[in-house]
Amino acid sequence: MTTPSRLPDPYGQGQSANLADILERVLDKGVVIAGDIKINLLDIELLTIKLRLVVASVDKAKEMGIDWWESDPALSSRARHDELTRENAALRERLRELDPGRVPREAP
Amino acid sequence: MTGLRYVYAVCRPFGAALQSQLAGVAGDPPRLLPHGDLVAVVSHVPQADFAEEALRAHLEDLDWLTATARAHQQVVDALTAVTTPLPLRLATVFRDDSGVRVMLEEREAAFRRTLDRLDGRVEWGVKVYVEADPAQQAEPERPAASAPAAPKPVSGRDYLRQRRRQTRANDDLWSRAEEFATGLHTRLSDRADGARLHAPQNPRLSGAAGRNVLNAAYLVARDASEEFVEMVDRTKDDAPGIRVELTGPWAAYSFAGEGEGEGS
Repeated sequence: MTTPSRLPDPYGQGQSANLADILERVLDKGVVIAGDIKINLLDIELLTIKLRLVVASVDKAKEMGIDWWESDPALSSRARHDELTRENAALRERLRELDPGRVPREAP
Repeated sequence: MTGLRYVYAVCRPFGAALQSQLAGVAGDPPRLLPHGDLVAVVSHVPQADFAEEALRAHLEDLDWLTATARAHQQVVDALTAVTTPLPLRLATVFRDDSGVRVMLEEREAAFRRTLDRLDGRVEWGVKVYVEADPAQQAEPERPAASAPAAPKPVSGRDYLRQRRRQTRANDDLWSRAEEFATGLHTRLSDRADGARLHAPQNPRLSGAAGRNVLNAAYLVARDASEEFVEMVDRTKDDAPGIRVELTGPWAAYSFAGEGEGEGS
């Protein structure tokens, strides 16, 4: 059993804790256990959740020009895909340098 | 019984009483569900809100999510006051007590390992922000129309000179911030039993002023916490234009993953 010793007074916590700090922890950290109710938080548009902290909806956000997630690989499958495409192209280029003639110029 | 079981955390058995007026998610005060050497902390939650479909819909509702996240955190927080909880991710739900028991049994070894690793420790969050210096507000992405009243460049050379000055000042602040954050992180890591770097928070979401350049979590022994906090406090006035923010003590959310090694 743990007997907690004295802790300093809380900093920026309790009722007033920054919602972003709380969500960051309860949604992104902590032990992941598949319960009987199968919800994968990653399926929930985390992005939607985060965005709704300040704006009404994703559409609204886009309207306002808030689109940072689109280039963030952690948040956008499209960005991930773009990144892969870029990486593939770079690798192909490199291969061509090393061994010209054996690497097709374009992916099918 | 129609209620589902919402699990907040897994702990070792503890003697102290939980804070009495804890509401818990859905307003059901948390109960202890002991099984063997472990205790699951659970609330009874209505099927209507926590069955799959309903839950998925609720999670998209910011008000619901906010209330649930705060309730979850409050319970974990109350546990942190009396023991070392292993916090579970939001919305871990089982059909009934026996489902929870089966889970405890299946993962017993891993839980014990992790609880041993975290025992007597808490998490502190440290963020470093670069505060925008009003003199340097003319950031590149700012539309020209809202640029401050810097003297209008009369020639191309003037313009370039002005730009260079501005860039240099910005670069200077950034490199100072980077150096500061790296140094702080190194010093704090030395005092901690573990450290994690998280993605910087988007200022639009956190509502915090300035730009978040360091968002770190440190695993610190309870009895070393006071010293740790003082150490952070001391750095607060060190660097003009740079702000340090401390949060905690949190349960060891950032260190609860089972993949976490000992030596990290």
